[in-house]
Amino acid sequence: MTKQDALPIGVRNVTKTYGDVHALDDVSLDVKSGEFLTLLGPSGSGKTTLLMVLAGFTRPDRGSLKFGADEVVRKPPHLRDVGMVFQNYALFPHMTVAGNVGYPLRLRRVSKPELAERVERALETVQLGGYGERCIDQLSGGQKQRVALARAIVFEPRILLMDEPLSALDKKLRDRMQIELRHLHEKLGMTTVYVTHDQREALTMSDRIAVVNFGRIMQLATPQQLYDQPENRFVADFIGDSSFLDVERTGRDIAAGGTVLKTIRPIPDANALSLMMRPERVRLLEGAAGDDVNEFAATVSEVVYQGESFLLYARLQDGTEMAVRGAIRSGSFDRLPKPGDAVRLGLDSADTVILVGEEQRP
Amino acid sequence: MSATDMNAAGLRRDERLERLKLFGLSSPAVLIVLIILVIPVGWLFYVSFIGADGTFSMENYERMIKRKSYARIFSTTFQVSLLTTGLCILIGYPLAYFMSQLPTRVANLCLITVLLPFWTSLLVRTYAWLVLLQKNGLVNNWAISLGLWDEPIKIVHNLNGTLIGMVHIMLPFLVLPTYGAMKAIDRDYLKAAANMGASPARAFWTVFFPLSTPGLFAGALMVFVLCLGFFVTPAVLGGGKVIMVSMKIVSNIELFVNWGAASALGVVLLVLTVAVLWVASRFLKLEQMTGGGH
Repeated sequence: MTKQDALPIGVRNVTKTYGDVHALDDVSLDVKSGEFLTLLGPSGSGKTTLLMVLAGFTRPDRGSLKFGADEVVRKPPHLRDVGMVFQNYALFPHMTVAGNVGYPLRLRRVSKPELAERVERALETVQLGGYGERCIDQLSGGQKQRVALARAIVFEPRILLMDEPLSALDKKLRDRMQIELRHLHEKLGMTTVYVTHDQREALTMSDRIAVVNFGRIMQLATPQQLYDQPENRFVADFIGDSSFLDVERTGRDIAAGGTVLKTIRPIPDANALSLMMRPERVRLLEGAAGDDVNEFAATVSEVVYQGESFLLYARLQDGTEMAVRGAIRSGSFDRLPKPGDAVRLGLDSADTVILVGEEQRP
Repeated sequence: MSATDMNAAGLRRDERLERLKLFGLSSPAVLIVLIILVIPVGWLFYVSFIGADGTFSMENYERMIKRKSYARIFSTTFQVSLLTTGLCILIGYPLAYFMSQLPTRVANLCLITVLLPFWTSLLVRTYAWLVLLQKNGLVNNWAISLGLWDEPIKIVHNLNGTLIGMVHIMLPFLVLPTYGAMKAIDRDYLKAAANMGASPARAFWTVFFPLSTPGLFAGALMVFVLCLGFFVTPAVLGGGKVIMVSMKIVSNIELFVNWGAASALGVVLLVLTVAVLWVASRFLKLEQMTGGGH
């Protein structure tokens, strides 16, 4: 299989309602050609509906969908020429592995010798060379996943859709498959839209991530931007661990937990603001804090041992709780402050993210 | 008991005891099968080898080979059974498909209407067809008033009438297992087929149909085997022109009081039925069919 021309996807104003529920609420989205884009969201957020619209299995109420320059929103699924990996794989139980992988080629009337060769090549791509004659029910979950993938790429579609393809695998296998899928994407270069509810999976694999909730795209950004600069409270809360402090505005200054905040990030123009803190970005201060560090005085309330890291909870003077996560090296856990100890916590101004306070509802 | 033995002997004894208990629990079932199946069939075999003079003889079987009428009866039986099965497939498969595509609540309603005939007597249903199909019956009168044909035609007391009645009675036996197999087909299979480029018709023939065949074969086999020994409907609607094995058995007993001849016919029918099942099992897995497919 060779690298081929990928197609960009353009979604414009796509809306789909089921009764009163907006499964998709005026969604617009551009997937660049050759990009690995992940739709990330909790269950019922609309991410699968959007994927089904791309595949042609769900008809939106209105909106436009373009693959390259072609408008495809009214095209039936069998004419769209996109590959898809289903959540439960949907491998045909009455065909062998080769029968399954060769199915799209038989539909395209590929000659027998070429078909056999391309099936074997696709199976080798997913590291299942020589498995052609196996029955589907003889395969393990990971192998089924690979066959489903081989079947989706064997006809060299220019767009590949994946609906939580790793959710049925155990954690170790999932971690390995994430890297493999990523490599496969680099090799084949097809525009890929991937659906998952697992944020770590999304951060690991994607070029860009669209966080979806309430049938809308909450933020579309690279994994780093999404983690470091969430645009709203939902994204900040959904991706990674985070705690929030209420922010008071006094004139041009803002303060939280009795500390005037220094930040290099923009402050939203709203009255109710909150400060987002990632536990691993908060530090226990020992010496003097630098100029660009926000300092909080607190009392340790609990210290939790978590293997590779510790999690320390501390209470500020006004009673709000902050969390600190740090790596554990040999013996360092025993030297940590104990509950009741007074500590100073530091947060770099670069990590000081101010968000609009209330949860955004549609 | 040594320390390394670790209860091995006791555990072995428990295992044996458990097996004995299981055997004990299944013995009533074994007994019932013995009483209502093995002994009567054995008796049937025995009687079929007793001649008119009360001694062991092959005359009951020899007669079947010598007389042409017997060959005709068997060929009629198979012909009617095959035609009924074929018509049931033609009507029942689309019906089952239609039902499998309906929302569950509507489909259940349809299922009840399919099952409804089961709750009325076979005899009543058969005579109802006689009333409908006879010379001055509902069907003929309506067809004439609609101008489909000019004068009453003979639709009953012949092969047509027999087939109409038998298809009607056998249809649920085909629809139920077929519907069950169809309901078990994951809709994602069809989505996957469409996604890979299969038109709805292609997806149906390459994915849906092959996955539904275990149910269809199970139903067809059941209909065929039931038809082979069917009596009431061909007797009433066939008007004496369609003579099947079961009817010959009845006349052997009621008219000629020849238990030996009747038993021999029964044995041959049984052997042929078993042969059909055996051939069928070579082409498809019977256990898969009764298990409802994938």
